[in-house]
Amino acid sequence: MATSIPIPDRNITRHRSRPGERAVVGLLAVCAVVSVLVTLGIIAVLAGETISFFAKVPVLDFLTGTRWAPLGGRVEAGDFGVLPLINGSLMIAVGSLFVGLPLGLATAVYLAEYARPRVRSVVKPVLEVLAGIPTVVVGFFALNFVTPTLLRPIFGDERVFIFNAAAGAVAVGLMILPVIASISEDAMRAVPQALREAAFGMGASRRVVALRVVMPAALSGIAASVILAVSRAVGETMAVTIASGNTPRLTTDFFDSIQTLTAYIAQTVSGEAAAGSIRYESLFAVGATLFLITLGMNLLSIRLVRRFRQAYQ
Amino acid sequence: MTAVAVGAPAGLGRGASRTRLSLLLDGVAAFSLFLGTFLGVVALGLLLVTIYDRGWDRLAADPGAFFGNFVSRFPARAGIKAALYGTMWLMGLTALFSFPVGVGAAVYLEEFAPRNRLTNLIEANIANLAGVPSVVYGILGLGVFVRFLGMGPSLLAGGLTLGVMSLPVIIIAARESLRAVPESVRLAAYALGATKWQAVRHHVLPAAMPGTMTGVILSLSRAIGETAPLLVIGAAVSIFNTPDDVRDPFSALPVLIFNWTSRPQPAFAEAAAAASIVLLAMLLAMNAVAIFVRNRFSTRW
Amino acid sequence: MPDPNATLSQSAGAPGTAGPTRRPEVPAADDPPTVAAGAPVFRIDDLSFFYGAFRAIRGVTMDIAENRITAVIGPSGCGKSTFIRCLNRMNELIPGTRVEGRIAYHDQDLYGDDVDPIEVRRRIGMVFQKPNPFPKSIYDNVAFGPRVNGMKPSSMDDLVEESLRKAALWDEVKDKVKKSAFSLSGGQQQRLCIARCIAVRPDVILMDEPCSALDPLATNRIEELMMELKRDYTIVIVTHNMQQAARVSDRTAFFTAEVSDEGRERTGVLVEFDRTERIFTAPSDRRTEDYITGRFG
Repeated sequence: MATSIPIPDRNITRHRSRPGERAVVGLLAVCAVVSVLVTLGIIAVLAGETISFFAKVPVLDFLTGTRWAPLGGRVEAGDFGVLPLINGSLMIAVGSLFVGLPLGLATAVYLAEYARPRVRSVVKPVLEVLAGIPTVVVGFFALNFVTPTLLRPIFGDERVFIFNAAAGAVAVGLMILPVIASISEDAMRAVPQALREAAFGMGASRRVVALRVVMPAALSGIAASVILAVSRAVGETMAVTIASGNTPRLTTDFFDSIQTLTAYIAQTVSGEAAAGSIRYESLFAVGATLFLITLGMNLLSIRLVRRFRQAYQ
Repeated sequence: MTAVAVGAPAGLGRGASRTRLSLLLDGVAAFSLFLGTFLGVVALGLLLVTIYDRGWDRLAADPGAFFGNFVSRFPARAGIKAALYGTMWLMGLTALFSFPVGVGAAVYLEEFAPRNRLTNLIEANIANLAGVPSVVYGILGLGVFVRFLGMGPSLLAGGLTLGVMSLPVIIIAARESLRAVPESVRLAAYALGATKWQAVRHHVLPAAMPGTMTGVILSLSRAIGETAPLLVIGAAVSIFNTPDDVRDPFSALPVLIFNWTSRPQPAFAEAAAAASIVLLAMLLAMNAVAIFVRNRFSTRW
Repeated sequence: MPDPNATLSQSAGAPGTAGPTRRPEVPAADDPPTVAAGAPVFRIDDLSFFYGAFRAIRGVTMDIAENRITAVIGPSGCGKSTFIRCLNRMNELIPGTRVEGRIAYHDQDLYGDDVDPIEVRRRIGMVFQKPNPFPKSIYDNVAFGPRVNGMKPSSMDDLVEESLRKAALWDEVKDKVKKSAFSLSGGQQQRLCIARCIAVRPDVILMDEPCSALDPLATNRIEELMMELKRDYTIVIVTHNMQQAARVSDRTAFFTAEVSDEGRERTGVLVEFDRTERIFTAPSDRRTEDYITGRFG
């Protein structure tokens, strides 16, 4: 049957004009550039106010001062020392690792080396759900269950303050558990089966294979997951604001209330801080500190993840 | 010449050739690992039970009032209406911004961008952005959207802030989906005289859509659970009307939960738990949709 | 009319030399009197192809005749696929590649500055080793090419049917053209790919081992199809199956890989190019004979 298309000529030099296409690809490129704009925006916003802040508060005082009391907006020496806030964030990070690392790592090893498919099919969704719980809800859980029903009965009402670092650490620990578990598990599953078979073939037990063959081989992936988890812990805001209090102090007592970098930001925006005031600017300075800390950790983690991916490709 | 006597273990029974300690450690290890896993599951269970226990009665007692009322000084009368509407509006705005920009960026980076330093920089930048704390995105929103662009603490500013926050995750998820489309599809299209854009638009992108949509829905579900960025932009709690316009001030469910949790009265704690149930139900529904989309529509190559 | 006394393909015969130093002339007068061959579709002159610094093929000189099936055979790694991908500029989709020498397509320089590779690929189509239909319906697979090339048939349905008929697939799918292409068997999918290729009205169809993923029955059907298709199209087929080349093709080009002194680089060269009958019964080059008789491969 005839169709009304002529046989094409053999001329291959004629270009079909496709102007619309170039415009579309250009638009797509703009979308990619937006991501760069976001980073520039973050840097610009943080830098702008932070510079004004450091015009009033010497950088050294900020970094080494041990008292953080920005109320009133007066700039007394030592009142803008960020160490108490960093101490708070550090306590949360360490405490959350105390909870999340053993549980997360145990889960990872168990899923990668021991568990039957049926158990896996139950535990993996549980991890996903845990990862998806909003932080306010976990904070609520910490304040209304962990402190009154776990910590205070065990350690005593006098010892454990209503707002305490431990509850926040538990909450954040639960939130980083899925991160550590899933990334570590991926790293362990990426270890070639040949390694396991070699060990089993020598009569090693599952424990030996899991702990002394697979885990060391997956170490960079596991390390990456831990660093990522710490970065998440430091960046975590709501759970610690709700459960750990708003009192910046340099302490090592986990049952005391503290304030983290993030909680300070949350508190400041909830209160009255006029634009241009030193309190307003301190918000950005603390934000910049937070940004730099998490940036450093993320870069390290990405580098490690790349290393573990390359090792087995 | 003496032969070295090598004693083979007499039997092949369990642990025939290993020490008692070694066997014990095996058992301890297996048990501890199982326990660690189990504790994680238990913790989740405790959390959900706590929320349910504190909040269900409040919710079930008078759902109409809970969903229909605005906030109030009196916990018994307080409702989530404004917050719920705010969250819905935010969800829409976030999707409206992050989906096209995110997918567009992913398509460009995966299919069109030349392999050079600039592209690598953009990719590294996106990987970093994925790890920035949400509260910093709030600061970005405050500085750029609320102040510099003069949007004030509006739904628009909130939606854009959450959208920007969701961007890296969506880009990464979309790129994975695009990468999963086999090269043979692209080659077949080129061999027919199609341009790169034609190949992408007609074949690659549609095939990658289910995976991308799953990623978008999941990232949206994370976004609407976020409180910190909204707090920093200036989300309010005392809103007594539903929004009409994107420039209106707004409330949101997680912000409300935070506010109620922070109040001393136990009745507010119950209200917070009830609101948490609503939020969790929304997230569960969204996750279910995402999984459904992935299972139903993914192309099996 | 080409000179019936024109010289046959020649080569120095000793291994290590490049391919024919003079353009191999294959007299058309000896062809079976079905279709008169016109001017060659491709005149390939001293073609070399590089992946970065690595030279994959070297000094290939030959003609591809119109409305004939030209087979390209040789051991694995001798650059056969690389060679035919030069003919429709598919190779340049890989970054860092380079072409030297000249390919004339109907007297136009295929790699000329003002040539649009997209146009090239429409006129010189390709069927791949593993059938790769789009994850769409049979209809949409065939209709895609015409659509993106701006062809506006008076009836797309007719065009789809015509293409499927020409690919000997219509009778099997006429009741289910809207079904997914993946519902077809391997052999049917490959014929669908041929139909898809035909739908854009190409001049040449390149086939890169089109039957190697198919069972013998499906292979047979495609070979029969090829014999019909050559009436309307010029076909170049790469195959590692010598018997297939002997069955199906009019002309055969034998490539082999020359290993460099250190043994690290393998560069493909054209050893001999002649009528199929002569290649398989009385090859001129020792290497061709060794390959044909199975002494190496």
